[in-house]
Amino acid sequence: MQVYVFTEQPYYPVWNDHQGSLRVNLPNRKLDPNIAGDLFHRYYDEWMVADELGYNIMVNEHHQTATCMSSAVVIGLSILARQTKNARLLVLGYPIGHRPDPLRIAEELATIDVISRGRLDMGFIKGVPYEFTASNQNPVGVMDRFWEAHDFILKAMSSHDEPFNWEGEYFHYRHVNIWPRPLQQPYPPLWSTTGNPNQARLLGEKGYVLATLGSGYGTRPVFDAYRQAYLAKWRKPAGADRFGYLGLVAVADSEDEARRRAEFVAGYLRTSSIVYRPFRNPPGFLSIQDNARQLRGESPPRSFTKDGRGINMHRASVQDLIDAGIMFCGTPDQVYEQIVDFCEYCGGMGNLLMMAHAGFLSHEDTIGNLTLFAKEVMPRLKEWKQPVAETEAA
Amino acid sequence: MPVTTDAITSIVVNGVTIEAVERGEGRPILFLHPGIGIETDAPVLAELARGGRVIAPSHPGFGGSQLPKGMTTVDDLAYFYLDLLDQRDLRDVLVVGVGLGGWIAAEIAVKNCARLSRLVMANAIGIKAFDRETRDIVDIWSLLPEDFDKLAYFNPDNGKRDYANLPEAVSLAAARNREAYARFCWSPYMHNPKLKGRLHRIHIPALFLWGTADRILSEKYGRAYCAAIPGATFERIERAGHFPHLEQPQEFARRVLAFADAGAQSATRARRA
Repeated sequence: MQVYVFTEQPYYPVWNDHQGSLRVNLPNRKLDPNIAGDLFHRYYDEWMVADELGYNIMVNEHHQTATCMSSAVVIGLSILARQTKNARLLVLGYPIGHRPDPLRIAEELATIDVISRGRLDMGFIKGVPYEFTASNQNPVGVMDRFWEAHDFILKAMSSHDEPFNWEGEYFHYRHVNIWPRPLQQPYPPLWSTTGNPNQARLLGEKGYVLATLGSGYGTRPVFDAYRQAYLAKWRKPAGADRFGYLGLVAVADSEDEARRRAEFVAGYLRTSSIVYRPFRNPPGFLSIQDNARQLRGESPPRSFTKDGRGINMHRASVQDLIDAGIMFCGTPDQVYEQIVDFCEYCGGMGNLLMMAHAGFLSHEDTIGNLTLFAKEVMPRLKEWKQPVAETEAA
Repeated sequence: MPVTTDAITSIVVNGVTIEAVERGEGRPILFLHPGIGIETDAPVLAELARGGRVIAPSHPGFGGSQLPKGMTTVDDLAYFYLDLLDQRDLRDVLVVGVGLGGWIAAEIAVKNCARLSRLVMANAIGIKAFDRETRDIVDIWSLLPEDFDKLAYFNPDNGKRDYANLPEAVSLAAARNREAYARFCWSPYMHNPKLKGRLHRIHIPALFLWGTADRILSEKYGRAYCAAIPGATFERIERAGHFPHLEQPQEFARRVLAFADAGAQSATRARRA
């Protein structure tokens, strides 16, 4: 198993100082740039430690929000590409459908791949609902735009003999010839996220790594949809390395201490939905059917515990989050067993995207969390043999 | 007076099937609905049908109408309706548009007025009227539903729908309307930056109707829009907001038909002279 360490680089000092919205419309006057600078340096220091401890690293971006100061993934990737030595650098993700200029994305990521000497993993994502208000990109039809940007970026990275022409529905270039070209051939590995079985099938056909967040013990159907499409296309079962899962982690020598840390790490989920209600569901983000269901007042839970109980991960207790496989918490033995149990349920899951820091968790606690996991849990996970789910081709 | 189901028809234009209500006899009246769509039993359609042949389509992507691939702008909708007028060989058409429908009507008229007699635009969106840091039109996609109703309606209760106790088709149509509205109007927000500079091309009589309780659009915006169309006149409708055809259907239809009849009289006078 591979383990990627992840934090959103939050500006947590204002997490308890808002009028019901931490995203989009929280005035930036509330941010002290000196404190923001201190926090950035701290977060990069922690990622440097993670690199030395044998972790990979995951970065992401959100916009206009106190939950995540990383607003342009290329900045974090640039720093890490130069300063880390061994970690693979996963961006999950880059909201390529929001950007005006995919040529620029291809140039940025190819350069990161070269500087990092081939350590980049490219995750392309749709983006959460609130991003459309910030980017002003039309949420209606954004996935059409996403796939055209995707096709263009891959072509730009893998065309080496002469400039090519691109006159698509959304993007227009006449002489595309990026310098540098990426080190990994034909381009860095591709990842994406979804909780939707149809989209999972599409990713399975492409063979990209599929990652989910917060799906807990509702993950299996999404992974199985991927597996069926993968088997049909590639004539072999999808390996565990095709799956990623974002898990919150709080580990300590004692269960009490782990629970104390867990309350802070859970702050990620407890703050991530604090956003003015109209920004949560822009038109076109959900399907017509899902929006019609919402109008009728039907909104089924999307996170489930192992015994099938629906929970709201944004308000759930630490115990509920553990029961739902959204958080792995306890002593090293307990955390190892929880993760293995969850991967067994998934039918194999080879990339743990480990949120080891969130919000008010201190630097010392974060380093403690990272160090203990690296020493006591990660080696056992790397040795553990993943199950291979039985799959019938779709 | 409820519209009977046989008033609901399908119209095929360029291979695209749209649903429409058609009723009444006489001069053609093309009714273009606002971004929230049109309910087939809307009383305003029966009122308008007293004075002509009403054709009230759901725009492509709205209600039960198909959405052809690549149709993404109000420009596309305007050409679609110009094709519909050609296909039916409709002449002297009175075009009536509310909100988004008013914008479509203006885009039709700046392209080609040959098949049109008169234009009525009610609480129309479509132009950039003021400076770049003034939001001319309230951002409806950053409003709570209850706040939208307060700003859009004279009586906010007129916007309420109990979707849970209505047929599923109603919530599905509402969801399609919401998505289609954003498809055409998300950015540039609710307007075409080029339109204002083209409005001088409208050389048929135009009437602006304005629900005075509209707080999505200001009357100042409406008057600026009206002033850009040569000879256009402006009338206010009280006790109505952004959707005067819903809140004052009789008064709305009375004003529209009076404007159309004035045209018929002046046309007769012109022929005699």
